[in-house]
Amino acid sequence: MAKKKAEGYLSGREARRIAKENRRITNAFEKQRKRKNVPESEYLTHMADPNNAVEFDNLHTYFYTDAGVVKSVDGVSFEVPIGKTVGVVGESGCGKSVTSLSLMQLLQRPQGQVVEGEIRLNMGDKAYDVTKMPNEQMQKIRGNYVSMIFQEPMTSLNPVFRIGEQVDEVIALHHGEGKTKEDIKNRTIELLEMVGIANSQGVYQMYPHELSGGMRQRVCIAMALACSPKVIIADEPTTALDVTIQAQVLDLLRNLKDKINSSIMFITHDLGVIAEMADYVVVMYAGRVVEKGTVHEIFSNPAHPYTIGLMASKPVVGKQVDKLYSIPGKVPNPIDMPNYCYFKDRCEMCVAGCEGEYPCQVQLSPTHFVSCYRYYDHKNQGGEG
Amino acid sequence: MSDKKSVISKGDFTPVEYDPQYILQVNHLKKYFPIKGGMVSKTVGHVKAVDGVTFNLKRGTTMGLVGESGCGKTTTGRTILRLAGEKTDGQVLFNGKEVYDMSPKEMRALRTKMQIIFQDPFSSLSPRLPVGEIIGEAVREHKLVSKSEFNDYIDKVMDNCGLQPFHKARYPHEFSGGQRQRICIARALALNPEFVVCDEPVSALDVSIQAQIINLLKDLQDQYNLTYLFISHDLSVVEHISDSVGVMYLGNLVEYGDTEDIFRNPLHPYTKALFSAIPVPDPNAKMNRIVLEGSIPSPANPPSGCKFHTRCPYATERCKVEAPCQREVEPGHYVVCHLFDK
Repeated sequence: MAKKKAEGYLSGREARRIAKENRRITNAFEKQRKRKNVPESEYLTHMADPNNAVEFDNLHTYFYTDAGVVKSVDGVSFEVPIGKTVGVVGESGCGKSVTSLSLMQLLQRPQGQVVEGEIRLNMGDKAYDVTKMPNEQMQKIRGNYVSMIFQEPMTSLNPVFRIGEQVDEVIALHHGEGKTKEDIKNRTIELLEMVGIANSQGVYQMYPHELSGGMRQRVCIAMALACSPKVIIADEPTTALDVTIQAQVLDLLRNLKDKINSSIMFITHDLGVIAEMADYVVVMYAGRVVEKGTVHEIFSNPAHPYTIGLMASKPVVGKQVDKLYSIPGKVPNPIDMPNYCYFKDRCEMCVAGCEGEYPCQVQLSPTHFVSCYRYYDHKNQGGEG
Repeated sequence: MSDKKSVISKGDFTPVEYDPQYILQVNHLKKYFPIKGGMVSKTVGHVKAVDGVTFNLKRGTTMGLVGESGCGKTTTGRTILRLAGEKTDGQVLFNGKEVYDMSPKEMRALRTKMQIIFQDPFSSLSPRLPVGEIIGEAVREHKLVSKSEFNDYIDKVMDNCGLQPFHKARYPHEFSGGQRQRICIARALALNPEFVVCDEPVSALDVSIQAQIINLLKDLQDQYNLTYLFISHDLSVVEHISDSVGVMYLGNLVEYGDTEDIFRNPLHPYTKALFSAIPVPDPNAKMNRIVLEGSIPSPANPPSGCKFHTRCPYATERCKVEAPCQREVEPGHYVVCHLFDK
């Protein structure tokens, strides 16, 4: 009976114990959330900097699965300044989407819970902590102040409703007071024209399957912009599209952002798109921010080995290399992550300090931060961390 | 019936002769899919998925096939392998033999020489078979190695593709995306093919995994002198891996030539627009982007004349009426456009 158990093997008893424990924790979170008539003071907060539209502060989002706790987002902090575009890059499973879903409070509940940290949303004269907001309040924010463009334009539209009805619904819900159906329809058609749909009257009457991928993504963008939101989350909006259509959609997003002066949180794994769209870049790896800075800092002076590897592994048109660099190894198992630099096992630039616990952020310039032991000297010499 | 559109013209091309330097010669290949309609499922039209594609592929080289989705890249690949039913028209010569004239027995023997790697490593592996069986099934079926050598042979193939022998007993769901793509590659290579169609092999993978798979494909090519037809919409990957590139638009090859020529000096307006749309990972890059209006027209009812004229910034009256034919602008650099008529 000395057969070695495979890695990640769980006995039935162990799995039941985990499931029971998870239910206990998530029930407590859900009870907290489902309270009625929560006073506003509970989720009122202050922005650290009034020029930011959103501040993520030490956000922890965990998923309580039957195989153990997955720390999808584990201490993420970054800001989205008003009127700027922040690009979030990383491999699949690194927590990019979960970060944005935490802001929208659209996590798969009850398994997915924001355990710790704040997401401060600038509402103009006041600021709300989204993580503590009750559902009914959140509905007023969602689509109105913060809206989202999803990755798959094919699946994020409802196939059984006409395009017009779907966009109307958003407007009627948030800005529908005192408006007739006719007004709402006119606004919808105006929006469809704004996103570059020539035949807006015709498209209003169409079903999603009658449109091409690029057109559907335009409709999704029109829906997201319906209430002139302050923050737009674009979750890989062009990944499912062709390059020519991608160019159209990126152009459109850039122009519209300036038109309604909102901030964009742009999630993608395409570094080319980031270079083109973003003012600031956040590089995520295994649920943590490994590097953040302005787009010029990240591209001209990447500091973290992961960022450097990511840049080197992408072939670039016009630059011939014999062999592509490939980051060795793979992303670690997200369940029960150890407390050391998650990139250590794949890193080719390890220093002695890497054996220690997870490195804290080192400031390289006023806007450039990196979590890596290689820059600890820098920190000590620089005086301030 | 007045339905003249559904009549297919056949045989209006000059047949090519076998040229031993080419492993694959494709001449005016057409593949139409019928659109059925009405009470009795009458054919009411055709989707012209591949509409006259001509190219030659040298032994041991890689040809990239790029284009927007729906332009017929994948259908071209599948038609060459005789995986999409009968061709509509044209020639596919593999080592000088017409693929579509072969008897079932010959075809079966040829299958080992031509393999395909599919786009999606998640749905192209049977979830019910262990990896050793996925890779070895065809080897056993074609009796490529004797029973006693079978296990060693599979181990060797897996090792070449970066898989460990103990992976043999595992099932596909136990692997990550990159490893699954390695399994797909191992499955294709186990038969000792000469020619492999890679149908978007890296599109479903992350950037860092992409690099591993591309490097693997290149190493294997050097090792076994493989010929690839590399279908992708990622132009930077195609530039990296290919020796020659074909650009497809709506079932036609609009430009075709050496990678160097095509990327340094794109001639066709569509190629120019396509290349200008590639995002460059450099925030300082100033781009002169040619943004194409509209989207790709329906291949069931393609525009008359040059199919690109509806989106082309240089379109003239002539483009609307007359279809351009293939022209050799520089040696080995072909383009299908009226702008280059002398």
